[in-house]
Amino acid sequence: MTAVLPPRTPAPERPVGGRLIDQFEYGLDAPICLTWELTYACNLACAHCLSSSGRRDPRELSTAEAEAVIDELQRMQVFYVNVGGGEPTVRPDFWHLLDYAIGHDVGVKFSTNGVKLDKTRAAQLARTDYVDVQISLDGATAEVNDRVRGTGSYATAIRALENLAEAGMKDFKVSVVVTRENAGQLDAFKALTDSFGAQLRITRLRPSGRGADVWDELHPTQQQQKDLYSWLLTNGDNVLTGDSFFHLSAFGEALPGLNLCGAGRVVCLIDPVGDVYACPFAIHENFLAGNVRDEGGFQRVWQQSELFAELRSPQTGGACTKCAHFDACRGGCMAAKFFTGLPLDGPDPECVQGYGESALAARDLDLVTPKSHIDHSHKGPVRGQPTLLGMPSIPAKICDESPLAGLDLR
Amino acid sequence: MSDAGAAPPPGSGAPGPAFDPSLPWRRARSVALRPEPFGALVYHFGNRKLSFLKSKTLVTVVETLAEHPSALATLVACGVPEAQRAAYVKALADLARSQMIELRESST
Repeated sequence: MTAVLPPRTPAPERPVGGRLIDQFEYGLDAPICLTWELTYACNLACAHCLSSSGRRDPRELSTAEAEAVIDELQRMQVFYVNVGGGEPTVRPDFWHLLDYAIGHDVGVKFSTNGVKLDKTRAAQLARTDYVDVQISLDGATAEVNDRVRGTGSYATAIRALENLAEAGMKDFKVSVVVTRENAGQLDAFKALTDSFGAQLRITRLRPSGRGADVWDELHPTQQQQKDLYSWLLTNGDNVLTGDSFFHLSAFGEALPGLNLCGAGRVVCLIDPVGDVYACPFAIHENFLAGNVRDEGGFQRVWQQSELFAELRSPQTGGACTKCAHFDACRGGCMAAKFFTGLPLDGPDPECVQGYGESALAARDLDLVTPKSHIDHSHKGPVRGQPTLLGMPSIPAKICDESPLAGLDLR
Repeated sequence: MSDAGAAPPPGSGAPGPAFDPSLPWRRARSVALRPEPFGALVYHFGNRKLSFLKSKTLVTVVETLAEHPSALATLVACGVPEAQRAAYVKALADLARSQMIELRESST
């Protein structure tokens, strides 16, 4: 395993007592919750997909292997998992695995674009205890949403929300990744969510997966971050955030929740082929801790991997530790730094004190930002492809115009 | 937050019974404790709230509440020093409020 972190002094002993956040820094015996992506297959091709999903991977866990992971999570008392993908509901055994998990004391919160949530499935979910659904929506209007998620995806999500509301489903979520294009729609998102009796969840855009390709264009401006922070201070109690905006705490007052990078400490990711990464936003070999198929399974990876051991110590060096706001933001998001080519012990690229911008500007001109070799993006055109990056061009075929067009005759 | 304290889950305004330490209590039946190096993680399968017990003594207190005639008696039996009892009573009151512990109806 490649060491990814700046050298740290030998891990100090875990303190006794004190704040919970200081305890979390040293890791837990099992994750509080973990993200489990069931498949890389997806009917959509969102421009900012954090896992570069699209095509199924032939090595994805079988039904029996997935059941074995659930058995293990039950033994480790991981009380719930966030299931995603890809689009998890396109896995033919999705509904079986959902029941299997719930039957084994592992609650499921799954993220979906809504494609399979017809009236029948919505009624089934409404009858099931211990399951949570979140529908992804990245614009409060079709115009804003579909540019990023693809034509028709807004209509699909709204239909799913209607079906859930009609079925009497309680506490379902609308899950929004905050971008430069939708940051002004927070109140509209809240109103839309309220109209379905649902709950709003907003999370941070990371430069992970295909998100790296659109991050420069889509990540909120400094002013939008400031507005978002004020909005969260006012509305935070009624809005879920997955504690993903802790870097904003450096504006002043701490946001509710865990203001700490939980990667490998309290959270992690199991990807569709069983690889265990430090967090869902870090699908890169540098953050790969092991595989659930290895001897000892997930438990051994979580408790004994070298990478996770490295992540479970407080940061003591680096530029950020000298900053007056370090206790508030703890240096921000590891994945955001990594995929923008910034040092992991330096500022977050979106550091609200402005250190991120200067760090980005100071990068080597010929720096190549790290790119994950794991890419399951659709290779051909997809129906309703997002238009953010321009209309997909139809490949010029020989003979379209002239029988010799495009042919190199030399 | 006190050292002994249970961190209440955000938004847990669920009305549990008021906490009276002279009554018999128990860990709620739908609650599981997961041991952690600093204490335990507490999970309520019914309302899906998560909380933490920030000391191993508090874990022992919660686990043995059912064996003693009252919460106060449990604190004594677990060797909680007198000076810390108020902090523990407060932690238990937080747990009662978030329904992590419940009153025992009978002595059985």
